[in-house]
Amino acid sequence: MLGPVAFSLSAPSLASKGLALNIFDPAIFPILTADGLTNGAVYALLSLALVLVFAVTRVIFVPQGEFVMFGTLTLASLQLGRVPGTLTLLLVLLAISTVLNVVEALRRGDGRAAGLAAGSGVALGAGVWALTTTLAAAKAPLLVQVLLTLLLVVPLGPLLYRVVFQPLRNASVLVLLIASVALHLVLVGLGLVFFGPEGSRTPAFAEGNTALGGVTLSNQSLLVILVSAVLMLALYYFFDRTLTGKALRATAVNRMGARLVGIRPTAAGSLAFTVAALIGALSGLLIGPSIAVSYDTGFLIGLKGFVGAIIGGLVSYPVAALGALLVGLIESYASFSLSQWKEVIVFTLILPVLLWRSLSSKHHDEEDE
Amino acid sequence: MTAVSPLLEVHDLHVSYGRVEAVQGVSLSVGAGQIVSVIGANGAGKSTLLGAIMGALPSRGRVEYAGRTLAHTPLESRVAAGMTLVPERRELFSSMTVEDNLRLGAYTRRREGAGDLGGVFTRFPRLEERRKQLAGTLSGGEQQMLAIGRALMARPKLLLLDEPSLGLAPLIVREILRIVAELRDAGVTVLLVEQNARAALAISDFGYVLEGGQVRLSGPAADLAHDPAVVASYLGTGK
Repeated sequence: MLGPVAFSLSAPSLASKGLALNIFDPAIFPILTADGLTNGAVYALLSLALVLVFAVTRVIFVPQGEFVMFGTLTLASLQLGRVPGTLTLLLVLLAISTVLNVVEALRRGDGRAAGLAAGSGVALGAGVWALTTTLAAAKAPLLVQVLLTLLLVVPLGPLLYRVVFQPLRNASVLVLLIASVALHLVLVGLGLVFFGPEGSRTPAFAEGNTALGGVTLSNQSLLVILVSAVLMLALYYFFDRTLTGKALRATAVNRMGARLVGIRPTAAGSLAFTVAALIGALSGLLIGPSIAVSYDTGFLIGLKGFVGAIIGGLVSYPVAALGALLVGLIESYASFSLSQWKEVIVFTLILPVLLWRSLSSKHHDEEDE
Repeated sequence: MTAVSPLLEVHDLHVSYGRVEAVQGVSLSVGAGQIVSVIGANGAGKSTLLGAIMGALPSRGRVEYAGRTLAHTPLESRVAAGMTLVPERRELFSSMTVEDNLRLGAYTRRREGAGDLGGVFTRFPRLEERRKQLAGTLSGGEQQMLAIGRALMARPKLLLLDEPSLGLAPLIVREILRIVAELRDAGVTVLLVEQNARAALAISDFGYVLEGGQVRLSGPAADLAHDPAVVASYLGTGK
């Protein structure tokens, strides 16, 4: 039905049938709105991850959508009883980061830390490998597979940070962006190698429909909105109430100040990437039942989160989330009435926003350290 | 030199910015429980010296703190070991509240509970009044108090203060230096870098005069304050 790149949950494309298209038709508007909110909720999560990673590490994290793709396709592989290629990627990254950690510890002359890094790297790798191969062959229940998927995808965040971005931590935003684009291409390529060119769906976590005030919503959509809302509240609590969350914000506000109170920028960066990978993997699990995700789907999804993040100026979490919701809604309405223009409309949206921002906000020089 | 055992010892420290050597072989010693000040003109290398001691800048030479040589110890670990720097630029978290700034000051002590928020508020009642205000909206003097308060939240053994009087009204300078003297009496060792030589020497036990990245003079603060060379160059004749 849809091309591998299309990302539309269920808005019916009636344009081809030549029907009168009025998105404000009372029978259709609520459905489109619900659809838009469901997609928008996922985009909002991704936009939060993008803002977080940029604020803490100055990396414009193009591969955010690849975590989504890895989330869906890892679960799909497990469903088929296969060992997902994600395991290979995880083990390779773990090996590289272990070597980096050992070398760094030895350079410091800290033999004990080097031994500890080597030992924990090998133990972690062996543990994850044993667990994955056992559970994949055993066709574990869905919930166990979901947890295993998170176990395989979430560590990719901190490991990619350790291997790719931590060595570049003093580079300019442009260099970090170039690394980010390169990483995106590598991950898409690996997605093709690991999962093949076909799109996959994962089973719905919730069956059936619920009628809400005359609108019938699938329980799966409700679940997506609910989980996204809970996740956003959890993130709010984390950043507003916990010292670790405040430390991440502090690093974003003033990196030198953060170091002076003893916050390691690399630890903060690693944590930001962990949260980003968690958000990406969860998003992939949430949308997996609704659309066919293939190796190259992630980019477009991530890009829509990015539009939201840009609306928030890459600094404001609430504005980014609202912007991403708006992207979801506009996409939903556009896919109904002008489906062939859907992506054009969504991405054109960024132009007036950028124009307005460039006129209204003060110019910030790149942070001096 | 001093009877007390040194908490910080610096031997032959060099710091370069490219080809310019800003600190050229400085050695100094800070006795436990003392205030030691480094005075000198703008560009004498005072801030660079503090940055290097703290590990914020790469340097050559030896820095010994509490009997341990700090070579590859990163800045953040020095904070955890009880050294804190209040930099000239203060480096506050401007878009966060006063209270959050203070709580983050105790970040390295997070496993031991909230840190000494009450103690800081007793020392700086003004900060308690403003605890919910954003740090960026404070006046210069209040920001300096917040920067010192945030450093104290880590319960430092050694406090490095970089130009705490810079840009502040004389009354507030006196207030802040009075608090620094109180901190010494409470057992905190202080290394104070100041352009305001008269005010710095008045509360210090020992002093160093830095010129062109090198130590020109050193001695007990009371002697330095009457040294003709110091008086001529740094204290002037007036008030």
